[in-house]
Amino acid sequence: MTSETTNEPIIICQDVHKWFDDFHALCGISMVVQPQEVIVIFGPSGSGKSTFIRTLNRLEEHQRGQIIVDGIELSHDVRNIERVRMETGMVFQQFNLFPHLSVLQNITLAPIWVRKWSRDKAEEVAMQLLERVGIPEQALKFPGQLSGGQQQRVAIARALAMQPKIMLFDEPTSALDPEMIKEVLDVMVELAQSGMTMLVVTHEMGFARAVADRMYFFDEGLIVESGTPDDIFHNPQEDRTKLFLSQILQH
Amino acid sequence: MTSQQATQEVLRPPQPPGLIKWIRDNLFNSWFNSLLTVIFLPIVFFAVVNIIIWAFTVADWRAVTQFPMLYAVGQYPRDEVWRVGIGLSAIVFLLGASWGNWGGLLQSISIAFGIAFAVFAILPVQHDQLDLNMRLYLGGNVILLLLGYLIGRMKAVKGGHIVIGWGIVPFLAVFLLTGRRGSELLPDVATTLWGGLLVTFLLSAGGILLSFPIGVALALGRRSTLPVVKAFSTIFIETIRGVPLITILFMFSIILALFLPAESRIDRLVRALMAVTFFSAAYSAENVRGGLQAVPLGQIEAAKAVGMNGLQTMVFIVLPQAIRAVLPAIVGQFIALFKDTTLVVIVGINDLLGIGRSIINSDPEFVQLQLEVYLFIAIVYWIFSYLMSLASRRLEAALGVSTKL
Repeated sequence: MTSETTNEPIIICQDVHKWFDDFHALCGISMVVQPQEVIVIFGPSGSGKSTFIRTLNRLEEHQRGQIIVDGIELSHDVRNIERVRMETGMVFQQFNLFPHLSVLQNITLAPIWVRKWSRDKAEEVAMQLLERVGIPEQALKFPGQLSGGQQQRVAIARALAMQPKIMLFDEPTSALDPEMIKEVLDVMVELAQSGMTMLVVTHEMGFARAVADRMYFFDEGLIVESGTPDDIFHNPQEDRTKLFLSQILQH
Repeated sequence: MTSQQATQEVLRPPQPPGLIKWIRDNLFNSWFNSLLTVIFLPIVFFAVVNIIIWAFTVADWRAVTQFPMLYAVGQYPRDEVWRVGIGLSAIVFLLGASWGNWGGLLQSISIAFGIAFAVFAILPVQHDQLDLNMRLYLGGNVILLLLGYLIGRMKAVKGGHIVIGWGIVPFLAVFLLTGRRGSELLPDVATTLWGGLLVTFLLSAGGILLSFPIGVALALGRRSTLPVVKAFSTIFIETIRGVPLITILFMFSIILALFLPAESRIDRLVRALMAVTFFSAAYSAENVRGGLQAVPLGQIEAAKAVGMNGLQTMVFIVLPQAIRAVLPAIVGQFIALFKDTTLVVIVGINDLLGIGRSIINSDPEFVQLQLEVYLFIAIVYWIFSYLMSLASRRLEAALGVSTKL
């Protein structure tokens, strides 16, 4: 390790386990992510893919193993958790925008109170981000007045406003009408091409093919198979992967 | 309009004029409703006519009109009433400033108060308590309201300044009203002399302002993961909710006085305020708890995911949504509190109802007039309760846009 040390992994997961009461949701997940990598995680429902991505910013607590994000180990230490959350943005399936705040307030709230930026700076950055996701004219509206696709783009802008090093996407297009999926995916593709480290739980295989560096297939709390999109789509090794891909790609 | 729309436009069938349509839609829209209308319209009509005839011919309003000051401030020394007046004027001025700064609902309230003051100032009746000074004072309040409005409109005056004003005024008013022992300018006035609307308002406003934060704290405490906090909150809420307000009033005014040493005895008005506050806080806590449960878990996760800590999540995300969700119930609780303050009569405090009763009992002649007195008091309570519920509805409508999901 001489010149390669500059490329230190940004996420290291070692044998991560998670139980919900007696249910063993994650049965030993290990994964290493380099900066600027785009990872797509897919698999049947209940396979633990959402649970796994939520352990990375400790919305779920893991009970065994080790998770290190940006050099900070996630443990019961609340300050470490808050530091990790400042460096990771998350986009949810159900958007989870704050319905009582305007779009602009949704985006600026955390930068002002967590990053301690001035209101002017936060609003300037927020407007740039709204330009980037293509809806600057919606800044003063409330989330309930926007379409699903617009809401999800606001959610992406809200996460980006904290200037995170990593973006986590938990099925960002699953709750959207078909004609709105594209506008969200376009934003995500642009983000991936800009060099953001991204972990995306999704079944949008077109997106995976276009920008993923690696794909992980989850089933029953385990990583069944991983590889480049080429490997996964054209040369899957495991029967379960083949079966699942045939089910979601046959349409 | 595009040409396509124009060609496809179909004329709507002609509608009957507004009043006829309203009558048809609301009174005669089914045979059953038509029957009800036919039966009850005459009953309502004659009832209203008779009440009006009674109010203007038979009824004797002397027991109401002779003692406006008693109803307003009770036995508060007449030489010191100017202190109540200054307190009221300070509130009027701030109301005007709030109107100028925020508008909306405050505008309606301000205009209502302004009109009320103006009407009394120029009321064309002879009355020894509505002398020139009093009329000037009432008229002055209208001017003060408008002055406040103009100041509130000024660019230099921010909402924060007005909020600070509202924070100072209650303390200023209480200081003005109580005064200090031995002071020349502000001799102390025992609370036993306070009464009427003054006491009703003090207990209601104090109860609302104090019980709400306590209620929020109790609601949070009941959901706390700390066993001691949770147990305390639960026991407090369930105990208070399990006991009638009268009992709590007795407990605070008699038992508390027995247990505490004489020198640390709390003023009886404060004891009544504590009782009303704790009683209302327990109910507010349950309302707020209902609201807290209505906030989706995803909201808390989203707040955590952007790095907010527990306190920030609670203050910026959870509480605003929780309180919005149960605003009607909370205002209902405030209205109930306002009316429940009449129970302090039981522990010897002369609020508006108490003054009414003592006026009735003061003169055998007035015993015959108790219907008029109670009706007057009922109307006063109704006006303020209705104003509160009106304010609540306006507030809900104003917040409605943002609560849509």
